[in-house]
Amino acid sequence: MSKVPSDLKYTKTHEWVKKLPDGSVEIGITDHAQHALGDLVFVEVPETGRTVTAGEPVAVVESVKAASDVYSPIAGVITAGNPDLAAAPELINSDPYGAGWLMRLTPADAGSLTQLMDAAAYETLVQAEGD
Amino acid sequence: MAFIPHTEQDVAEMLAAIGAKKIDDLFDEIPASLRIKSLSGVPTALNEMEIARLMAERAKQDGRPLCFIGAGAYEHHIPAAVWAVTTRGEFYSAYTPYQAEASQGTLQTIYEYQTMICGLTAMAVSNASLYDGASAFTEASLMAVRANRKSRSLRVLVPTSVHPNYRKAAVAATGGQGLRFEEVPYNPDSGLLAVDALAKYDGEDIAALAIQQPNFFGALEDVDALTDWARARNILVIAIVNPTSLALLKPPGEWGTNGADIAIGEGQPLGVPLSSGGPYFGFMTTRMEYVRQMPGRIVGRTVDLNGREGFTLTLQAREQHIRRAKANSNICTNQGLLMTAATIYMALMGPEGLERVASASHARTRDLVAALSRTKGVRAAFDSHFFHEAVLILDRPVAPVLKSLASRNILGGFDLSADYPALGNALLVCATETKTDADIESYAAALGDAMQAALAA
Repeated sequence: MSKVPSDLKYTKTHEWVKKLPDGSVEIGITDHAQHALGDLVFVEVPETGRTVTAGEPVAVVESVKAASDVYSPIAGVITAGNPDLAAAPELINSDPYGAGWLMRLTPADAGSLTQLMDAAAYETLVQAEGD
Repeated sequence: MAFIPHTEQDVAEMLAAIGAKKIDDLFDEIPASLRIKSLSGVPTALNEMEIARLMAERAKQDGRPLCFIGAGAYEHHIPAAVWAVTTRGEFYSAYTPYQAEASQGTLQTIYEYQTMICGLTAMAVSNASLYDGASAFTEASLMAVRANRKSRSLRVLVPTSVHPNYRKAAVAATGGQGLRFEEVPYNPDSGLLAVDALAKYDGEDIAALAIQQPNFFGALEDVDALTDWARARNILVIAIVNPTSLALLKPPGEWGTNGADIAIGEGQPLGVPLSSGGPYFGFMTTRMEYVRQMPGRIVGRTVDLNGREGFTLTLQAREQHIRRAKANSNICTNQGLLMTAATIYMALMGPEGLERVASASHARTRDLVAALSRTKGVRAAFDSHFFHEAVLILDRPVAPVLKSLASRNILGGFDLSADYPALGNALLVCATETKTDADIESYAAALGDAMQAALAA
Protein backbone atom coordinates (compact mmCIF):
# COMPACT_ATOMS: atom_id res chain seq x y z
CA MET A 1 0.00 0.00 0.00
CA SER A 2 1.59 3.25 -1.08
CA LYS A 3 1.73 6.37 1.06
CA VAL A 4 -0.71 9.21 0.37
CA PRO A 5 -0.01 12.15 2.76
CA SER A 6 -3.24 13.84 3.77
CA ASP A 7 -1.95 17.43 3.50
CA LEU A 8 -1.21 17.32 -0.25
CA LYS A 9 -3.26 17.73 -3.42
CA TYR A 10 -3.11 15.16 -6.24
CA THR A 11 -3.77 14.66 -9.97
CA LYS A 12 -5.10 11.73 -12.00
CA THR A 13 -1.66 11.52 -13.62
CA HIS A 14 -0.03 10.85 -10.22
CA GLU A 15 1.59 14.18 -9.41
CA TRP A 16 1.36 15.72 -5.94
CA VAL A 17 1.22 19.43 -5.08
CA LYS A 18 2.29 21.01 -1.80
CA LYS A 19 1.51 24.60 -0.84
CA LEU A 20 4.57 26.50 0.39
CA PRO A 21 4.39 29.42 2.84
CA ASP A 22 5.43 31.98 0.17
CA GLY A 23 2.39 31.18 -2.00
CA SER A 24 4.33 29.02 -4.48
CA VAL A 25 3.85 25.26 -4.73
CA GLU A 26 6.17 22.24 -4.79
CA ILE A 27 5.41 19.41 -7.21
CA GLY A 28 6.56 15.81 -7.42
CA ILE A 29 5.34 12.34 -8.37
CA THR A 30 3.52 10.14 -5.87
CA ASP A 31 4.77 7.10 -4.01
CA HIS A 32 2.41 5.01 -6.15
CA ALA A 33 3.95 6.47 -9.34
CA GLN A 34 7.57 5.89 -8.28
CA HIS A 35 6.71 2.33 -7.28
CA ALA A 36 5.05 1.66 -10.65
CA LEU A 37 8.06 3.10 -12.54
CA GLY A 38 10.71 1.19 -10.60
CA ASP A 39 14.28 2.36 -10.01
CA LEU A 40 14.70 5.82 -11.52
CA VAL A 41 17.87 6.41 -13.53
CA PHE A 42 17.34 9.87 -14.98
CA VAL A 43 15.16 12.92 -14.39
CA GLU A 44 14.83 15.92 -16.67
CA VAL A 45 13.52 18.87 -14.67
CA PRO A 46 11.98 21.96 -16.31
CA GLU A 47 13.91 25.19 -16.89
CA THR A 48 13.40 27.96 -14.36
CA GLY A 49 11.33 30.83 -15.69
CA ARG A 50 9.26 28.72 -18.07
CA THR A 51 5.53 29.50 -18.18
CA VAL A 52 3.43 26.34 -18.22
CA THR A 53 -0.24 25.51 -18.58
CA ALA A 54 -2.17 22.93 -16.56
CA GLY A 55 -1.66 19.47 -18.08
CA GLU A 56 1.44 20.50 -20.06
CA PRO A 57 4.31 17.96 -20.05
CA VAL A 58 7.10 19.66 -18.09
CA ALA A 59 9.48 16.96 -16.91
CA VAL A 60 10.59 13.44 -17.83
CA VAL A 61 11.25 10.63 -15.38
CA GLU A 62 13.12 7.64 -16.74
CA SER A 63 13.39 4.32 -14.94
CA VAL A 64 15.06 1.06 -15.91
CA LYS A 65 11.86 0.00 -17.63
CA ALA A 66 10.07 3.13 -18.84
CA ALA A 67 10.26 6.84 -19.49
CA SER A 68 7.25 8.95 -18.59
CA ASP A 69 6.24 12.56 -18.87
CA VAL A 70 5.30 14.52 -15.78
CA TYR A 71 2.48 17.01 -16.32
CA SER A 72 2.12 20.33 -14.57
CA PRO A 73 -0.94 20.03 -12.29
CA ILE A 74 -1.68 23.76 -12.57
CA ALA A 75 -0.74 26.76 -14.68
CA GLY A 76 2.08 29.05 -13.57
CA VAL A 77 5.75 29.95 -13.84
CA ILE A 78 8.50 27.49 -12.88
CA THR A 79 10.68 28.96 -10.13
CA ALA A 80 12.99 25.99 -9.53
CA GLY A 81 13.84 22.46 -10.62
CA ASN A 82 15.32 20.14 -8.01
CA PRO A 83 19.08 20.32 -8.73
CA ASP A 84 19.84 17.20 -6.65
CA LEU A 85 17.98 14.90 -9.05
CA ALA A 86 20.63 15.21 -11.77
CA ALA A 87 23.14 13.29 -9.65
CA ALA A 88 20.65 11.33 -7.53
CA PRO A 89 17.40 10.47 -9.39
CA GLU A 90 16.84 7.68 -6.83
CA LEU A 91 15.74 10.38 -4.34
CA ILE A 92 12.34 10.07 -6.01
CA ASN A 93 12.23 6.38 -5.08
CA SER A 94 13.46 6.84 -1.53
CA ASP A 95 11.63 10.05 -0.60
CA PRO A 96 8.99 10.95 -3.22
CA TYR A 97 7.26 13.56 -1.06
CA GLY A 98 10.44 15.13 0.38
CA ALA A 99 13.96 15.19 -1.07
CA GLY A 100 12.57 13.77 -4.32
CA TRP A 101 10.52 16.86 -5.23
CA LEU A 102 10.70 17.78 -8.93
CA MET A 103 9.97 21.47 -9.27
CA ARG A 104 8.53 24.61 -7.71
CA LEU A 105 6.06 26.85 -9.43
CA THR A 106 4.25 30.16 -8.82
CA PRO A 107 0.58 29.52 -9.65
CA ALA A 108 -1.04 31.78 -12.19
CA ASP A 109 -4.22 31.55 -10.12
CA ALA A 110 -3.95 30.87 -6.38
CA GLY A 111 -7.39 29.25 -6.43
CA SER A 112 -6.44 26.58 -8.99
CA LEU A 113 -5.38 24.14 -6.27
CA THR A 114 -8.97 23.62 -5.25
CA GLN A 115 -9.62 21.82 -8.57
CA LEU A 116 -7.15 19.06 -7.67
CA MET A 117 -7.94 15.84 -5.80
CA ASP A 118 -7.56 15.54 -2.04
CA ALA A 119 -5.84 12.56 -0.44
CA ALA A 120 -9.06 10.54 -0.03
CA ALA A 121 -10.02 10.93 -3.68
CA TYR A 122 -6.50 10.02 -4.83
CA GLU A 123 -6.46 6.94 -2.60
CA THR A 124 -9.68 5.80 -4.23
CA LEU A 125 -8.11 6.31 -7.67
CA VAL A 126 -5.01 4.32 -6.74
CA GLN A 127 -7.11 1.49 -5.32
CA ALA A 128 -9.14 1.41 -8.52
CA GLU A 129 -5.84 1.00 -10.42
CA GLY A 130 -5.13 -2.08 -8.29
CA ASP A 131 -2.49 -0.92 -5.82
CA MET B 1 6.48 -27.05 -35.91
CA ALA B 2 5.69 -25.65 -39.31
CA PHE B 3 7.40 -22.32 -39.94
CA ILE B 4 4.36 -20.61 -41.36
CA PRO B 5 3.78 -17.64 -39.07
CA HIS B 6 0.22 -16.75 -40.06
CA THR B 7 -2.08 -19.42 -41.47
CA GLU B 8 -5.50 -18.29 -42.61
CA GLN B 9 -6.93 -19.92 -39.51
CA ASP B 10 -4.46 -18.03 -37.25
CA VAL B 11 -5.43 -14.75 -38.87
CA ALA B 12 -9.16 -15.52 -38.52
CA GLU B 13 -8.72 -16.40 -34.83
CA MET B 14 -6.75 -13.24 -34.10
CA LEU B 15 -9.28 -11.05 -35.87
CA ALA B 16 -12.13 -12.76 -33.98
CA ALA B 17 -10.30 -12.20 -30.66
CA ILE B 18 -10.17 -8.44 -31.20
CA GLY B 19 -13.55 -8.21 -32.87
CA ALA B 20 -12.39 -7.18 -36.35
CA LYS B 21 -13.85 -8.63 -39.53
CA LYS B 22 -10.87 -8.28 -41.84
CA ILE B 23 -7.29 -7.01 -41.70
CA ASP B 24 -8.17 -3.84 -43.60
CA ASP B 25 -10.39 -2.85 -40.65
CA LEU B 26 -7.22 -2.38 -38.58
CA PHE B 27 -6.19 0.49 -40.84
CA ASP B 28 -9.53 2.28 -41.05
CA GLU B 29 -8.14 5.31 -39.20
CA ILE B 30 -6.11 6.14 -42.33
CA PRO B 31 -8.37 8.27 -44.57
CA ALA B 32 -9.24 6.74 -47.94
CA SER B 33 -7.72 9.76 -49.70
CA LEU B 34 -4.29 8.89 -48.31
CA ARG B 35 -4.34 5.26 -49.41
CA ILE B 36 -2.54 4.08 -52.51
CA LYS B 37 -4.41 1.39 -54.39
CA SER B 38 -1.65 0.34 -56.75
CA LEU B 39 2.01 1.10 -57.31
CA SER B 40 1.98 2.36 -60.89
CA GLY B 41 5.73 3.12 -61.08
CA VAL B 42 6.83 -0.36 -60.07
CA PRO B 43 7.63 -2.75 -62.94
CA THR B 44 6.39 -6.32 -62.98
CA ALA B 45 8.34 -8.94 -61.07
CA LEU B 46 11.34 -10.69 -62.63
CA ASN B 47 12.56 -14.16 -61.72
CA GLU B 48 16.05 -14.77 -60.35
CA MET B 49 17.55 -15.65 -63.71
CA GLU B 50 16.15 -12.51 -65.33
CA ILE B 51 17.20 -10.22 -62.49
CA ALA B 52 20.75 -11.64 -62.44
CA ARG B 53 21.07 -10.96 -66.16
CA LEU B 54 19.65 -7.44 -65.85
CA MET B 55 22.01 -6.58 -63.01
CA ALA B 56 25.04 -7.99 -64.87
CA GLU B 57 24.17 -5.78 -67.86
CA ARG B 58 23.73 -2.73 -65.64
CA ALA B 59 27.07 -3.40 -63.90
CA LYS B 60 28.77 -3.64 -67.29
CA GLN B 61 27.49 -0.13 -68.14
CA ASP B 62 29.45 1.26 -65.19
CA GLY B 63 32.70 0.26 -66.84
CA ARG B 64 35.88 1.21 -65.01
CA PRO B 65 36.15 4.96 -65.55
CA LEU B 66 38.79 7.15 -63.93
CA CYS B 67 36.71 8.93 -61.27
CA PHE B 68 37.36 12.50 -60.11
CA ILE B 69 33.90 13.02 -58.60
CA GLY B 70 33.59 13.56 -54.86
CA ALA B 71 30.64 15.69 -53.76
CA GLY B 72 29.91 13.64 -50.67
CA ALA B 73 31.05 10.14 -51.65
CA TYR B 74 34.74 9.34 -52.10
CA GLU B 75 36.71 6.63 -53.85
CA HIS B 76 39.33 5.33 -51.44
CA HIS B 77 41.37 2.17 -51.52
CA ILE B 78 39.64 -0.50 -49.44
CA PRO B 79 42.01 -3.21 -48.21
CA ALA B 80 40.78 -6.66 -49.33
CA ALA B 81 40.57 -7.81 -45.71
CA VAL B 82 37.77 -5.31 -44.94
CA TRP B 83 35.03 -7.02 -46.90
CA ALA B 84 36.52 -10.50 -46.53
CA VAL B 85 35.95 -10.14 -42.77
CA THR B 86 32.73 -8.12 -42.99
CA THR B 87 30.98 -10.74 -45.12
CA ARG B 88 31.75 -13.61 -42.74
CA GLY B 89 28.54 -15.25 -41.58
CA GLU B 90 29.07 -14.06 -38.00
CA PHE B 91 28.94 -10.41 -39.11
CA TYR B 92 26.66 -10.64 -42.12
CA SER B 93 23.57 -8.81 -40.92
CA ALA B 94 22.04 -5.51 -41.98
CA TYR B 95 20.84 -4.36 -38.57
CA THR B 96 21.35 -4.43 -34.86
CA PRO B 97 20.14 -7.85 -33.72
CA TYR B 98 16.64 -8.15 -32.28
CA GLN B 99 17.83 -10.46 -29.50
CA ALA B 100 20.58 -7.99 -28.90
CA GLU B 101 22.24 -9.32 -25.76
CA ALA B 102 22.41 -12.84 -27.23
CA SER B 103 24.71 -11.39 -29.91
CA GLN B 104 27.68 -10.31 -27.83
CA GLY B 105 30.08 -10.28 -30.78
CA THR B 106 27.88 -7.91 -32.77
CA LEU B 107 27.42 -5.65 -29.77
CA GLN B 108 31.16 -5.60 -29.14
CA THR B 109 31.77 -4.62 -32.78
CA ILE B 110 29.32 -1.73 -32.39
CA TYR B 111 30.99 -0.72 -29.14
CA GLU B 112 34.40 -0.71 -30.84
CA TYR B 113 32.91 1.35 -33.68
CA GLN B 114 31.47 3.89 -31.26
CA THR B 115 34.83 4.12 -29.49
CA MET B 116 36.72 4.72 -32.76
CA ILE B 117 34.24 7.35 -33.96
CA CYS B 118 34.50 9.15 -30.61
CA GLY B 119 38.28 9.06 -31.01
CA LEU B 120 38.10 10.53 -34.52
CA THR B 121 35.66 13.31 -33.61
CA ALA B 122 36.92 13.99 -30.05
CA MET B 123 33.31 13.81 -28.89
CA ALA B 124 32.09 12.03 -25.74
CA VAL B 125 29.46 9.63 -27.11
CA SER B 126 28.54 8.03 -30.43
CA ASN B 127 25.47 6.12 -31.48
CA ALA B 128 25.61 2.84 -33.39
CA SER B 129 25.26 4.66 -36.78
CA LEU B 130 22.44 6.03 -38.91
CA TYR B 131 21.44 5.52 -42.56
CA ASP B 132 23.69 8.06 -44.29
CA GLY B 133 25.14 11.54 -43.98
CA ALA B 134 21.92 13.28 -45.04
CA SER B 135 19.75 11.36 -42.57
CA ALA B 136 22.35 12.05 -39.88
CA PHE B 137 22.06 15.78 -40.59
CA THR B 138 18.27 15.55 -40.46
CA GLU B 139 18.38 13.76 -37.12
CA ALA B 140 21.02 16.16 -35.80
CA SER B 141 18.76 19.13 -36.60
CA LEU B 142 15.80 17.56 -34.79
CA MET B 143 18.08 16.67 -31.89
CA ALA B 144 19.52 20.17 -31.63
CA VAL B 145 16.07 21.71 -31.43
CA ARG B 146 15.14 19.23 -28.66
CA ALA B 147 18.40 19.61 -26.77
CA ASN B 148 18.69 23.39 -26.84
CA ARG B 149 16.65 24.24 -23.78
CA LYS B 150 17.79 27.87 -23.88
CA SER B 151 16.05 28.32 -27.22
CA ARG B 152 12.34 27.98 -27.85
CA SER B 153 12.73 28.33 -31.60
CA LEU B 154 12.77 25.70 -34.35
CA ARG B 155 15.24 27.72 -36.44
CA VAL B 156 18.44 26.14 -37.74
CA LEU B 157 21.01 28.27 -39.60
CA VAL B 158 22.46 26.39 -42.57
CA PRO B 159 25.16 27.89 -44.77
CA THR B 160 24.54 27.26 -48.47
CA SER B 161 28.04 25.77 -48.52
CA VAL B 162 26.55 22.71 -46.73
CA HIS B 163 25.90 19.75 -49.06
CA PRO B 164 22.74 20.61 -51.09
CA ASN B 165 21.34 17.09 -50.71
CA TYR B 166 21.72 17.23 -46.94
CA ARG B 167 19.79 20.49 -46.90
CA LYS B 168 17.06 19.08 -49.15
CA ALA B 169 16.75 15.90 -47.11
CA ALA B 170 16.48 17.81 -43.84
CA VAL B 171 13.83 20.18 -45.18
CA ALA B 172 11.81 17.30 -46.64
CA ALA B 173 11.98 15.18 -43.49
CA THR B 174 11.32 17.82 -40.85
CA GLY B 175 8.80 20.15 -42.46
CA GLY B 176 5.95 18.40 -40.68
CA GLN B 177 7.62 19.10 -37.36
CA GLY B 178 7.94 22.78 -38.11
CA LEU B 179 11.71 23.10 -38.33
CA ARG B 180 12.90 26.15 -40.26
CA PHE B 181 16.21 25.99 -42.08
CA GLU B 182 17.49 29.49 -42.81
CA GLU B 183 20.14 29.67 -45.51
CA VAL B 184 23.23 31.77 -44.85
CA PRO B 185 25.24 32.75 -47.95
CA TYR B 186 28.94 31.99 -48.44
CA ASN B 187 31.52 34.57 -49.42
CA PRO B 188 31.86 34.42 -53.24
CA ASP B 189 35.63 35.00 -53.13
CA SER B 190 36.52 32.39 -50.56
CA GLY B 191 33.61 29.94 -50.75
CA LEU B 192 33.46 30.17 -46.96
CA LEU B 193 30.91 31.23 -44.39
CA ALA B 194 32.13 34.41 -42.71
CA VAL B 195 31.18 35.32 -39.16
CA ASP B 196 30.01 38.74 -40.33
CA ALA B 197 27.39 37.04 -42.54
CA LEU B 198 25.81 35.87 -39.27
CA ALA B 199 25.58 39.35 -37.76
CA LYS B 200 21.97 39.79 -38.85
CA TYR B 201 20.99 36.95 -36.48
CA ASP B 202 22.45 38.68 -33.41
CA GLY B 203 19.85 38.81 -30.67
CA GLU B 204 17.48 36.40 -32.42
CA ASP B 205 16.30 33.10 -30.98
CA ILE B 206 18.10 30.39 -32.99
CA ALA B 207 18.36 26.74 -31.96
CA ALA B 208 21.36 25.59 -33.99
CA LEU B 209 24.04 26.45 -36.55
CA ALA B 210 25.30 23.82 -39.02
CA ILE B 211 28.97 23.99 -40.01
CA GLN B 212 30.37 21.64 -42.63
CA GLN B 213 34.14 21.05 -42.56
CA PRO B 214 35.43 20.79 -45.20
CA ASN B 215 32.38 22.41 -46.77
CA PHE B 216 30.67 21.18 -49.94
CA PHE B 217 33.24 23.07 -52.04
CA GLY B 218 36.05 21.23 -50.24
CA ALA B 219 37.07 24.51 -48.58
CA LEU B 220 38.14 24.82 -44.94
CA GLU B 221 35.85 26.97 -42.80
CA ASP B 222 37.03 29.03 -39.82
CA VAL B 223 35.35 26.57 -37.49
CA ASP B 224 36.79 28.06 -34.29
CA ALA B 225 35.34 31.52 -34.89
CA LEU B 226 31.98 30.15 -36.07
CA THR B 227 31.67 27.80 -33.09
CA ASP B 228 32.50 30.54 -30.61
CA TRP B 229 30.01 32.90 -32.29
CA ALA B 230 27.27 30.31 -31.80
CA ARG B 231 28.24 29.42 -28.22
CA ALA B 232 28.18 33.07 -27.15
CA ARG B 233 24.53 33.18 -28.30
CA ASN B 234 23.39 29.84 -26.82
CA ILE B 235 23.14 28.36 -30.32
CA LEU B 236 24.11 24.68 -30.59
CA VAL B 237 26.70 23.78 -33.22
CA ILE B 238 26.08 20.83 -35.55
CA ALA B 239 29.39 19.82 -37.11
CA ILE B 240 29.19 17.98 -40.43
CA VAL B 241 32.57 16.37 -41.01
CA ASN B 242 34.39 14.06 -43.40
CA PRO B 243 35.86 11.23 -41.28
CA THR B 244 39.00 10.88 -43.42
CA SER B 245 39.77 14.57 -43.00
CA LEU B 246 39.71 14.22 -39.21
CA ALA B 247 43.03 12.39 -39.37
CA LEU B 248 44.53 15.80 -40.25
CA LEU B 249 42.06 18.50 -39.25
CA LYS B 250 41.02 19.63 -35.78
CA PRO B 251 38.18 17.35 -34.62
CA PRO B 252 34.78 18.94 -33.86
CA GLY B 253 35.13 18.20 -30.14
CA GLU B 254 37.96 20.77 -30.14
CA TRP B 255 36.40 23.50 -32.28
CA GLY B 256 36.51 26.91 -30.61
CA THR B 257 36.85 27.20 -26.87
CA ASN B 258 34.34 24.48 -26.04
CA GLY B 259 33.83 22.24 -29.07
CA ALA B 260 30.82 21.44 -31.26
CA ASP B 261 27.66 20.07 -29.62
CA ILE B 262 26.73 17.42 -32.18
CA ALA B 263 29.08 16.00 -34.82
CA ILE B 264 27.78 13.95 -37.72
CA GLY B 265 28.84 12.88 -41.16
CA GLU B 266 28.82 10.43 -44.02
CA GLY B 267 30.76 7.29 -43.07
CA GLN B 268 31.21 6.00 -46.62
CA PRO B 269 34.88 7.04 -46.95
CA LEU B 270 35.70 4.50 -44.22
CA GLY B 271 35.76 1.28 -46.21
CA VAL B 272 32.46 1.48 -48.07
CA PRO B 273 32.63 1.28 -51.89
CA LEU B 274 30.93 3.95 -54.03
CA SER B 275 28.53 1.32 -55.47
CA SER B 276 26.41 3.78 -57.47
CA GLY B 277 25.37 5.77 -54.41
CA GLY B 278 24.69 3.37 -51.57
CA PRO B 279 24.07 1.83 -49.18
CA TYR B 280 26.29 4.02 -47.02
CA PHE B 281 26.07 4.89 -43.33
CA GLY B 282 25.90 8.02 -41.21
CA PHE B 283 27.70 8.59 -37.94
CA MET B 284 26.57 10.74 -35.04
CA THR B 285 28.25 11.89 -31.85
CA THR B 286 27.47 14.38 -29.11
CA ARG B 287 28.38 15.66 -25.67
CA MET B 288 27.52 13.45 -22.70
CA GLU B 289 24.98 16.01 -21.47
CA TYR B 290 22.90 15.49 -24.63
CA VAL B 291 23.13 11.70 -24.81
CA ARG B 292 19.45 11.26 -23.89
CA GLN B 293 18.47 13.43 -26.84
CA MET B 294 20.46 11.34 -29.32
CA PRO B 295 18.50 9.17 -31.76
CA GLY B 296 19.31 5.58 -32.62
CA ARG B 297 20.90 2.72 -30.79
CA ILE B 298 23.75 2.95 -28.28
CA VAL B 299 25.80 0.01 -27.04
CA GLY B 300 27.32 0.15 -23.57
CA ARG B 301 29.91 -1.96 -21.81
CA THR B 302 29.01 -3.42 -18.42
CA VAL B 303 29.57 -6.45 -16.19
CA ASP B 304 27.19 -9.37 -15.61
CA LEU B 305 26.18 -10.86 -12.24
CA ASN B 306 29.48 -12.74 -12.08
CA GLY B 307 31.53 -9.66 -12.82
CA ARG B 308 32.36 -10.70 -16.38
CA GLU B 309 32.53 -8.02 -19.09
CA GLY B 310 29.54 -7.85 -21.38
CA PHE B 311 27.89 -5.53 -23.89
CA THR B 312 24.32 -4.32 -23.92
CA LEU B 313 22.02 -1.89 -25.66
CA THR B 314 21.72 1.05 -23.31
CA LEU B 315 19.59 4.19 -22.76
CA GLN B 316 16.75 2.48 -24.60
CA ALA B 317 14.12 4.63 -22.90
CA ARG B 318 14.89 7.18 -25.67
CA GLU B 319 13.70 4.76 -28.32
CA GLN B 320 10.32 4.15 -29.86
CA HIS B 321 9.81 0.57 -28.66
CA ILE B 322 9.67 2.10 -25.16
CA ARG B 323 8.72 5.76 -25.54
CA ARG B 324 6.35 5.23 -28.47
CA ALA B 325 5.17 8.52 -30.01
CA LYS B 326 7.48 10.53 -27.74
CA ALA B 327 10.64 8.72 -28.78
CA ASN B 328 13.59 10.83 -29.91
CA SER B 329 13.37 9.38 -33.39
CA ASN B 330 11.66 6.71 -35.45
CA ILE B 331 15.08 5.24 -36.17
CA CYS B 332 15.38 2.15 -33.99
CA THR B 333 18.18 0.31 -35.74
CA ASN B 334 21.56 1.04 -37.23
CA GLN B 335 23.36 0.52 -40.55
CA GLY B 336 24.99 -2.62 -39.19
CA LEU B 337 26.86 -4.09 -42.15
CA LEU B 338 28.41 -0.85 -43.39
CA MET B 339 29.32 0.14 -39.84
CA THR B 340 31.05 -3.23 -39.44
CA ALA B 341 33.08 -2.61 -42.60
CA ALA B 342 34.05 0.84 -41.30
CA THR B 343 35.15 -0.61 -37.96
CA ILE B 344 37.37 -3.14 -39.69
CA TYR B 345 38.69 -0.45 -42.06
CA MET B 346 39.57 1.85 -39.15
CA ALA B 347 41.15 -1.03 -37.22
CA LEU B 348 43.29 -1.97 -40.25
CA MET B 349 44.34 1.58 -41.08
CA GLY B 350 44.92 2.82 -37.56
CA PRO B 351 45.40 6.55 -36.92
CA GLU B 352 48.65 6.54 -38.91
CA GLY B 353 47.15 4.80 -41.94
CA LEU B 354 44.16 7.14 -41.99
CA GLU B 355 46.49 10.14 -41.75
CA ARG B 356 48.45 8.85 -44.73
CA VAL B 357 45.23 8.46 -46.74
CA ALA B 358 44.18 12.00 -45.82
CA SER B 359 47.59 13.53 -46.58
CA ALA B 360 47.87 11.71 -49.90
CA SER B 361 44.33 12.76 -50.90
CA HIS B 362 45.14 16.39 -50.10
CA ALA B 363 48.41 16.26 -52.05
CA ARG B 364 46.74 14.58 -55.06
CA THR B 365 44.01 17.22 -55.15
CA ARG B 366 46.59 20.02 -55.05
CA ASP B 367 48.35 18.34 -58.00
CA LEU B 368 45.02 17.95 -59.81
CA VAL B 369 44.01 21.59 -59.36
CA ALA B 370 47.46 22.75 -60.52
CA ALA B 371 47.39 20.46 -63.56
CA LEU B 372 43.85 21.33 -64.64
CA SER B 373 44.36 25.08 -64.08
CA ARG B 374 47.10 25.04 -66.73
CA THR B 375 44.37 24.47 -69.32
CA LYS B 376 43.27 27.71 -70.99
CA GLY B 377 39.84 28.79 -69.76
CA VAL B 378 40.12 26.95 -66.44
CA ARG B 379 40.80 28.60 -63.07
CA ALA B 380 40.32 27.89 -59.38
CA ALA B 381 37.11 29.48 -58.07
CA PHE B 382 38.22 30.36 -54.55
CA ASP B 383 41.34 31.60 -52.80
CA SER B 384 40.75 29.47 -49.68
CA HIS B 385 42.47 26.34 -48.39
CA PHE B 386 40.93 23.01 -49.32
CA PHE B 387 41.15 19.37 -48.24
CA HIS B 388 40.63 16.94 -51.11
CA GLU B 389 38.14 18.81 -53.30
CA ALA B 390 38.13 22.16 -55.06
CA VAL B 391 35.93 24.20 -57.38
CA LEU B 392 37.13 25.12 -60.87
CA ILE B 393 35.49 27.74 -63.06
CA LEU B 394 35.40 27.03 -66.79
CA ASP B 395 34.91 29.63 -69.51
CA ARG B 396 32.15 27.51 -71.09
CA PRO B 397 29.26 25.33 -69.85
CA VAL B 398 30.35 22.36 -67.76
CA ALA B 399 27.93 19.65 -68.94
CA PRO B 400 29.27 19.26 -72.50
CA VAL B 401 32.85 19.17 -71.18
CA LEU B 402 31.94 16.39 -68.72
CA LYS B 403 30.17 14.50 -71.47
CA SER B 404 33.21 14.70 -73.69
CA LEU B 405 35.46 13.56 -70.82
CA ALA B 406 33.10 10.65 -70.13
CA SER B 407 33.52 9.51 -73.73
CA ARG B 408 37.26 9.38 -72.89
CA ASN B 409 36.45 7.19 -69.86
CA ILE B 410 37.00 10.00 -67.34
CA LEU B 411 34.43 11.14 -64.80
CA GLY B 412 35.66 14.71 -64.58
CA GLY B 413 33.84 15.98 -61.50
CA PHE B 414 30.51 17.23 -60.23
CA ASP B 415 28.74 19.98 -62.20
CA LEU B 416 27.71 22.65 -59.67
CA SER B 417 25.69 24.81 -62.04
CA ALA B 418 22.28 23.38 -61.10
CA ASP B 419 22.77 23.76 -57.32
CA TYR B 420 24.87 26.95 -57.46
CA PRO B 421 23.85 28.95 -60.57
CA ALA B 422 25.53 32.07 -59.13
CA LEU B 423 28.92 30.39 -59.46
CA GLY B 424 28.53 30.15 -63.22
CA ASN B 425 30.29 27.29 -65.01
CA ALA B 426 31.56 25.64 -61.84
CA LEU B 427 33.02 22.15 -61.56
CA LEU B 428 33.81 20.38 -58.26
CA VAL B 429 36.81 18.05 -58.62
CA CYS B 430 38.32 15.53 -56.22
CA ALA B 431 41.38 13.31 -56.16
CA THR B 432 42.09 10.74 -53.47
CA GLU B 433 45.09 8.52 -52.75
CA THR B 434 43.78 6.22 -55.51
CA LYS B 435 44.92 8.61 -58.24
CA THR B 436 48.43 8.44 -59.68
CA ASP B 437 50.51 11.14 -61.42
CA ALA B 438 49.66 9.42 -64.69
CA ASP B 439 45.91 9.54 -63.90
CA ILE B 440 46.11 13.27 -63.21
CA GLU B 441 48.15 13.89 -66.34
CA SER B 442 45.70 11.94 -68.48
CA TYR B 443 42.81 14.01 -67.07
CA ALA B 444 44.72 17.26 -67.73
CA ALA B 445 45.51 16.16 -71.28
CA ALA B 446 41.92 15.09 -71.94
CA LEU B 447 40.51 18.32 -70.50
CA GLY B 448 42.09 20.44 -73.22
CA ASP B 449 40.53 18.25 -75.90
CA ALA B 450 37.20 18.14 -74.10
CA MET B 451 37.10 21.94 -73.82
CA GLN B 452 37.66 22.19 -77.57
CA ALA B 453 35.08 19.52 -78.28
CA ALA B 454 32.58 21.25 -76.02
CA LEU B 455 33.02 24.53 -77.85
CA ALA B 456 32.69 22.84 -81.23
CA ALA B 457 29.50 21.12 -80.05
